[in-house]
Amino acid sequence: MPGPVIEIENLTKEYPFGFLHLKKKTSLEGLNMQVERGEVFGFIGPNGAGKSTTIKLLMRLIFPTAGDARILGRPISDVEMHRDIGYLPEQPYFYDYLTAAEMLDYFARFHDLTAADRKERVKRTLKKVGLETARKIQLRKYSKGMLQRVGLAQAILHDPKVVILDEPMSGLDPVGRREVRDIILELKEDGKTVMFSTHILSDAEMLCDRVGVIVGGKLRGVGAPGTLVDMKTQGMEILFELRGASNAPLLSKATRAGDCYRLQVAEEELYATIEQLRGAGARILSVSQVKATLEEFFMNLVEADRAQASAVDVSEK
Amino acid sequence: MRRVSVVALNTFREAVRDRVLYNLVFFALLMMAAAVAVGQISIGIEQTVIVSLGLSAISVIGLLISVFIGVALVSKEMDKRTLYALLAKPVRRWEFLLGKFGGLVLTLAVNTAAMALGLLLVMFYVKHSLERGDAAVLVAVYFILLKLALVVALALLFSCFTTPLLAILFTVGLYMVGLYVQELRNLPVEVMSPAMAAFTRWLSYLLPNFENFNVMAMAAHGRAIPGALILQNTLYVVIYCTIVLTAAAAVFSRRNLK
Repeated sequence: MPGPVIEIENLTKEYPFGFLHLKKKTSLEGLNMQVERGEVFGFIGPNGAGKSTTIKLLMRLIFPTAGDARILGRPISDVEMHRDIGYLPEQPYFYDYLTAAEMLDYFARFHDLTAADRKERVKRTLKKVGLETARKIQLRKYSKGMLQRVGLAQAILHDPKVVILDEPMSGLDPVGRREVRDIILELKEDGKTVMFSTHILSDAEMLCDRVGVIVGGKLRGVGAPGTLVDMKTQGMEILFELRGASNAPLLSKATRAGDCYRLQVAEEELYATIEQLRGAGARILSVSQVKATLEEFFMNLVEADRAQASAVDVSEK
Repeated sequence: MRRVSVVALNTFREAVRDRVLYNLVFFALLMMAAAVAVGQISIGIEQTVIVSLGLSAISVIGLLISVFIGVALVSKEMDKRTLYALLAKPVRRWEFLLGKFGGLVLTLAVNTAAMALGLLLVMFYVKHSLERGDAAVLVAVYFILLKLALVVALALLFSCFTTPLLAILFTVGLYMVGLYVQELRNLPVEVMSPAMAAFTRWLSYLLPNFENFNVMAMAAHGRAIPGALILQNTLYVVIYCTIVLTAAAAVFSRRNLK
């Protein structure tokens, strides 16, 4: 089927609050976004930005105030569409009286699998998430990281075409995070479409074909991590060595570590600066482009949002 | 209906693993104590005492399970967020709700059947025989189960739109009112204004009538319970539960989860 796998149009969610529910808090404002077939899409933003709200809206756990969304070309209100979707909730919690194998078997029953198929898939999936040896332990005895893994297992058990993961790295140790990253990459290799939310930017940079940055309920940018960051690429960094004392004026702008200096200049000033440094007796060690990281891009958006929010606060007062 | 049965069987498994059926131990101890005591303190009315005590215990234990677990059926899943992963599967919200209802009714059926068996064993121990008239006890137990199913449906409905504490209060309150619906119907409507009389009549039909299920006196005295009453009560519960569960599904289908 051609076209995007996930299409979100003007999705808005407002929560009423106050004694008579007359006031409204906008959790998500007019979100328009698409996730393409076979890509790993990262949905990044600070806590409370609207990431989980978007995912819950897609899963029909909450209902939109306005807007609509389609997954695999079908409206999200179509329950049968869930046959092709895997979902990991944020901080998952499952029936703690069941063992991991029982829980997966229970969920598999909703996908019309035969008993033999269920048994085989449960075994294979538990092995994939590293819970093979803990399959007969009740979930109430699982650690947070193990619950995260079993949550991931139930999301991929039925071989879905689209996998939506809400904070999949949350609560995992570095080994667990690595394993989840590997599973996401495996899903991509298998041609699945993966959308996951995270506030761990390094994970997004490492895994995603594209990311969507959401802050304050509004989408602030969508694109490949490199593209988003390139918009903010500025300057060049010169690393040079200069022995002995020097009173070259450029040194006042450089940061020093022993005899090594690090100096950041605008791109157009690069050659002139290098000439000046050579003239002062410096040995150029390296020259590199200064790239704003995704984190810096992200932080700029967050700070802008906070500044705007406090400006609105002041004007309201 | 397959999805409904999957949810129902898991609800039953949850009840068993959460040791809900342990109440049977209490019932067994109560019945054993009654069997020993009844022979010493009641001469000639052993059956009446045993049956009354047994049916009351079945009813009270069943009501406690129906109200408290009935309210928790949905609210616990929402609080613990176990519902999230489930509703992301190809399962409709009404199917989930009906499955939870079916699971608890199945639990109550197993529990009530076990207690009924215990009651019959004590009756046999006390009387040294069982007669045809004792079948009325089984009908009385069946009526208790019907009543419990209705209570579960009400608890489920209330838990879909309010807090667990309020849902318990509403369910218990409605049950208490439902015990006196017959009194409402017997009010002297001729001395009321026409509007008040109409309101009273409608209210008496709207409220669940739990008095209809009380045949303890007939069972205790071994009197046969009319087949028409069995049919009437069965149909009443089927129709009332259908209406209540439809309302619950309508509320729950539009509910935003936390």
